[in-house]
Amino acid sequence: MSDLSTLSLPASEAPAVISAPRWHEKALQSSLLRKSLLLLILALVWQGYAVWLDNPLLFPTFSDTLIALKDGIVSGALPKRTAFTLQTLLTGYGIGIALAGLVTAIAVGSRLGNDLLELLTSMFNPLPAIALLPLSLIWFGLGKGSLIFVLVHSVLWPVALNTHGGFRAVSPTLRMVGRNYGLSGLQLVARILIPAAFPSILSGLKIGWAFAWRTLIAAELVFGVSSGSGGLGWYIYENKNQLEIPSVFAGLLTVILIGLAVENLVFRNIEARTIRRWGMHV
Amino acid sequence: MSTPLLDVRSVTLRYRTDNGLVTATSRVSFHVNRGDRYILLGPSGCGKSTLLKAVGGYLQAEEGQLLLGGQPIRKPGPDRMMVFQEFDQLLPWKTVKENVIFALTASGTLNAREAQDRALHYIDKVKLSRFANSYPHTLSGGMKQRVAIARGMAMEPAILLMDEPFAALDALTRRTMQDELLQLWEDTHFTVLFVTHSIPEAIKLGTRILLLSPHPGRVRAEYTSTGQDVVDARGELFSNRIHRELFAQAAPGEEAVHV
Repeated sequence: MSDLSTLSLPASEAPAVISAPRWHEKALQSSLLRKSLLLLILALVWQGYAVWLDNPLLFPTFSDTLIALKDGIVSGALPKRTAFTLQTLLTGYGIGIALAGLVTAIAVGSRLGNDLLELLTSMFNPLPAIALLPLSLIWFGLGKGSLIFVLVHSVLWPVALNTHGGFRAVSPTLRMVGRNYGLSGLQLVARILIPAAFPSILSGLKIGWAFAWRTLIAAELVFGVSSGSGGLGWYIYENKNQLEIPSVFAGLLTVILIGLAVENLVFRNIEARTIRRWGMHV
Repeated sequence: MSTPLLDVRSVTLRYRTDNGLVTATSRVSFHVNRGDRYILLGPSGCGKSTLLKAVGGYLQAEEGQLLLGGQPIRKPGPDRMMVFQEFDQLLPWKTVKENVIFALTASGTLNAREAQDRALHYIDKVKLSRFANSYPHTLSGGMKQRVAIARGMAMEPAILLMDEPFAALDALTRRTMQDELLQLWEDTHFTVLFVTHSIPEAIKLGTRILLLSPHPGRVRAEYTSTGQDVVDARGELFSNRIHRELFAQAAPGEEAVHV
């Protein structure tokens, strides 16, 4: 009798739990299907309008854009530029995250540090990182250094803000559980606070990524690097100057595709493996 | 009688709130022997949870001493495992099994392989073997509390500290959990310090009951319990006597909860 009262509940829950991932996968697939269909329609509309407009200099057709994309890939120019951009991006993103970790650690450690972080994030978070580019150019010159400086700015503050907020929101009970095991200091941070705050941290990383991607492309539009080659932004700008408008569109398409891939493949995957699986999704 | 396992000597606890310093308990003394099911019973504001946290090592006494096995308690440690009322005491990023294993390995109690065996043993004891690989968010409230109890027992602490672990459960589940806790105790006779505000729960679970009065918490009386709500020589029910004792001079409006 006593067993029945408690076990009957979970038993009825069990099938739902087992079938949940399959249902989820199915929904994802069908939503993917729906969106692919929409994408196809949009491409057809684009093609139709461009053919009707018949002005390749202002608005090339979808097929011309695809050809330009293919040519860009085959010639190696587009992959090279993309690689440059991604390399810069990852460097800046990495430094930004490391600094965010450091700043958060200081903020968690003391009340003054906490005030400092709140002050700095409230000042720098509303400031678009790209606005620092002119200053950055004076300080670091025309080159990767300037790009990385603005990138770090675009990543550091949102990541620090979210991580810090996440730490503060960790329930007192979980902290006490960690201390009960004899964990303290860095051990407590690494083994309890970081996983417990992971939903916030991940959302900070996503925002940081989105900011960084937009900032970098914008910054690259301004200059190439000394060797005459630059990133994707510069590729777009160069082709505009040479009136290779299909290549401009191909560059834009690449920017979109990479943004989509990171958002939907990388971050969605991390989410599915972590916070969704743990039921920590907010 | 040998030295008690837990010796609380004239302990005064204070903590800071926005409205200033609150005295939670004033010169509370009691001792717990090995194998006791010791209950701290009192209405809200009697400092029973604060007292438990002090035994857990989460706050220091303003005056008096807390000794575990003759040694003063200075900080939290795995020899005093806590079971909380809140369902979020399990680590949501670990499965049931991993939650128990993590407690054992993070505290350095056992290595990974021994921890696995012991975790499964205690998960089986609380009848959750089928759910060993489930994540906490897929479990019901009662099941989460059973995991927390399994985790606490798996550490085989000197004393298990339970802070109203069944208070957030529905009445039916609560009764089941109380029965199960008694069954588990029959197996190993572990020592437990249990905080509750429910008189029937105290009578059912305790071998010894400490009554605390509120604002600030003071010891009112100490009883032994047979587990039954019996009538004493004067013809008074045990529960009525506790109730009378607790609220003899209490301000109107303060009521014990009968659940």
